[in-house]
Amino acid sequence: MSAWHSLRDWLNDRLEWDDLIEPLRKKAVPLHGLSYWYFLGGITLFLFVIQVLTGILLLLYYRPGANEAFESVQYIMTQVQFGWLIRSVHAWSANLMVFTAFAHMFSVLFLKAYRKPRELTCVSGVILLFLVMGFGFSGYLLPWNTLAFFATKVGTDIAGQVPVIGKPLMIFLRGGEEVTGATLTRFFGFHVAVLPGLATLLILLHVLLVQRLGISVPPKLEVEWNANPAMKREMKFFPNFMLRELMAWYVALGVLGALAAIFPWNLGVKADPFVPAPAGIKPEWYFLFMFQTLKMIPSKVWFIDGEVLGVLTFGVIGLVWLLLPFFESEDPSRTKRWITGLAIFALAYVAGMSVYGHLAK
Amino acid sequence: MTNIWAVILARLPLAALLLACSFAYAETKNSCLDCHSALPDPLGVSQETFSHDIHAQKGLTCASCHGGDPTSDDADKAMSRKAGWKGKIDRAQIPQLCGSCHSDPSFMRTFNPSLRTDQLSQYKTSVHGKRLAAGDTKVAVCTDCHSVHDLRAPSNLASTVNPVNVANTCAHCHADPNYMSAYKIPTNQFADYSQSVHHSALAVRGDLSAPTCTTCHGNHGATPPGVAKVQNVCSNCHTFQAQMYEKSSHKAAFAAASLPGCVVCHSNHGIRHPTDAMLGTGPAAVCMQCHTPGDACDQARAGLQSGLSRLDEAIKGADQVLGVAESSGMEVSEARLGQDQARDSLTKARVTIHSFRTDLVDQDIQVGLKVAAKNLQAGKQAMVERNHRRVGLGISLVAIALVLLGLRLYIKQIES
Repeated sequence: MSAWHSLRDWLNDRLEWDDLIEPLRKKAVPLHGLSYWYFLGGITLFLFVIQVLTGILLLLYYRPGANEAFESVQYIMTQVQFGWLIRSVHAWSANLMVFTAFAHMFSVLFLKAYRKPRELTCVSGVILLFLVMGFGFSGYLLPWNTLAFFATKVGTDIAGQVPVIGKPLMIFLRGGEEVTGATLTRFFGFHVAVLPGLATLLILLHVLLVQRLGISVPPKLEVEWNANPAMKREMKFFPNFMLRELMAWYVALGVLGALAAIFPWNLGVKADPFVPAPAGIKPEWYFLFMFQTLKMIPSKVWFIDGEVLGVLTFGVIGLVWLLLPFFESEDPSRTKRWITGLAIFALAYVAGMSVYGHLAK
Repeated sequence: MTNIWAVILARLPLAALLLACSFAYAETKNSCLDCHSALPDPLGVSQETFSHDIHAQKGLTCASCHGGDPTSDDADKAMSRKAGWKGKIDRAQIPQLCGSCHSDPSFMRTFNPSLRTDQLSQYKTSVHGKRLAAGDTKVAVCTDCHSVHDLRAPSNLASTVNPVNVANTCAHCHADPNYMSAYKIPTNQFADYSQSVHHSALAVRGDLSAPTCTTCHGNHGATPPGVAKVQNVCSNCHTFQAQMYEKSSHKAAFAAASLPGCVVCHSNHGIRHPTDAMLGTGPAAVCMQCHTPGDACDQARAGLQSGLSRLDEAIKGADQVLGVAESSGMEVSEARLGQDQARDSLTKARVTIHSFRTDLVDQDIQVGLKVAAKNLQAGKQAMVERNHRRVGLGISLVAIALVLLGLRLYIKQIES
């Protein structure tokens, strides 16, 4: 008897292991021309795990505080064995995770995978996307370099524009009126404790819902397969789909390694609150579409302050996005076209504004 | 309570006086401007022009300098000798008239306690002052430099004596060959100065501490510094160079030949940014204007120049390697910072050149070379590390490709 079988028997005696993993054995993945989009959620999860592992390793040397943060990251980059690799993988993985999370969200919208009964899966996914952006915003400040300092100043200024709660929110985020060492320790707390805790709970919920509700198929195919069940094609989740997902993770690992080795993440210059902001300061690429929009709104629209209007509009859009699944029809043959149209417009707007924001001076 | 009333009662006369004064000031009439604002030049002075004048802003009127009765609308009464009217002030009397207030410390303290009151006495020691006393009214008097009727504080950017405008103000006379023809002095100072490193620092870089005419010549006591004292002028800012020069063999040699110290190599008004080529033998060279090729000094000169060149090239070499390492994403900020130390050594060596001692200059050069070599090594190390990373990446990618191939084959096997 092999060691694996002995271990399985041991677990079966105590935990009824076979019953626990039985659903995984029965789980199937629909097979059709667009099945490759199903890999995106798994890749995002893989990148999150990479983030957790590299983040824990960075924590061994990182010291939060205005007088130590930059120097500790510099130490990681120059003195710690493979420190440069860990930090670069962490930074690149963060950016790739934001990208795959966005791609996953748009694929869900275009394949209409958010329809009944998967509304809550979608809602939890959108909240996770917001959390991923929160990870990006809070993590960006941690090296305490000039760009991060001023980007945080601009970002928290924008948060301060929210009517009524804006000012207290800004002070809460900054730990005072200005961006200081207090902001850094606060952001560190959000980045390594609050957000990971929330994200882990939501990921568990999200994966549990996917497991419970199964994987959706595009509405057109669903109608066809319902009419003619013989046409239905599936792949076993374990091991067939899982092995393919594993291949995708290996490819992601290769891409991450290549990016980290060829383009190690820049450290920049230590933040100095007393120097003027560098010209043309911009946030990370995934905030550019919002930043550029706010820049383009006139300072006064009718009687409302332009920036306040922009922040309010994005708030409303975020809420609508969260509730989008509840506007969809339950009948797969009568899905709402306007939702697909809205998703196409949103993708074009985000991509267009990001490119424009990148090129604009 | 009684105390408060006592204080109020005690202050009442003073308050009444202040109130009366303010009414009187508000009602002050200046009939001079009523007429002169309508007159053409040179008698015209507009209300708007005079409002910019610091004297007007401090409450002085036309009568403060010209006398007369500005409260009268009758021109004959306003400009009557009986009312103390002086008319146009004679140029020869202008310094004395300005000095009647500006040389009075008690009076000037009421306006600005930190204002100097030695302008007139200084002026009398200047070339301008001495010539004026000798009857030459073409020389500059107070109003020529400070302007008149729209005179502003020197800190005001529009003032003719603001540091950025001083050279233009002096050039008004000193760059005019016709005006200066009687004095037999050159008129190219302003043209030379406009090409100089000092002008570029002041006008281009906006460094108000950079020298202009008055920094070296003085202002009210303006006079050429004199051949023997030139280094005293330059040393006000170039302290270390002056200390080195004081101890050098050139100090005595220049003095014996009546040569004007710093000016011999750097010129005076048209001082250009010094380069190491000044130590060479090319068109910019200065040593060989006096020294003979092949002599001991020429050999020392060649040694100094080659030392500076070696350090300069070592710094540039390290910069280049560090630049490539940095653009490859390597973290070399410490070595980059170290390069500033090497550059400081080069600057120090260039200053030490003024001692004209090869041993002292060599000390600075060696310090710089050591730092630059260390930084170069750090850059090379970073490049080696970069190459190791790429080799490591290659091996990892091959391993990943093999795992992918294995997985693909396994999937094929279980699905066949």
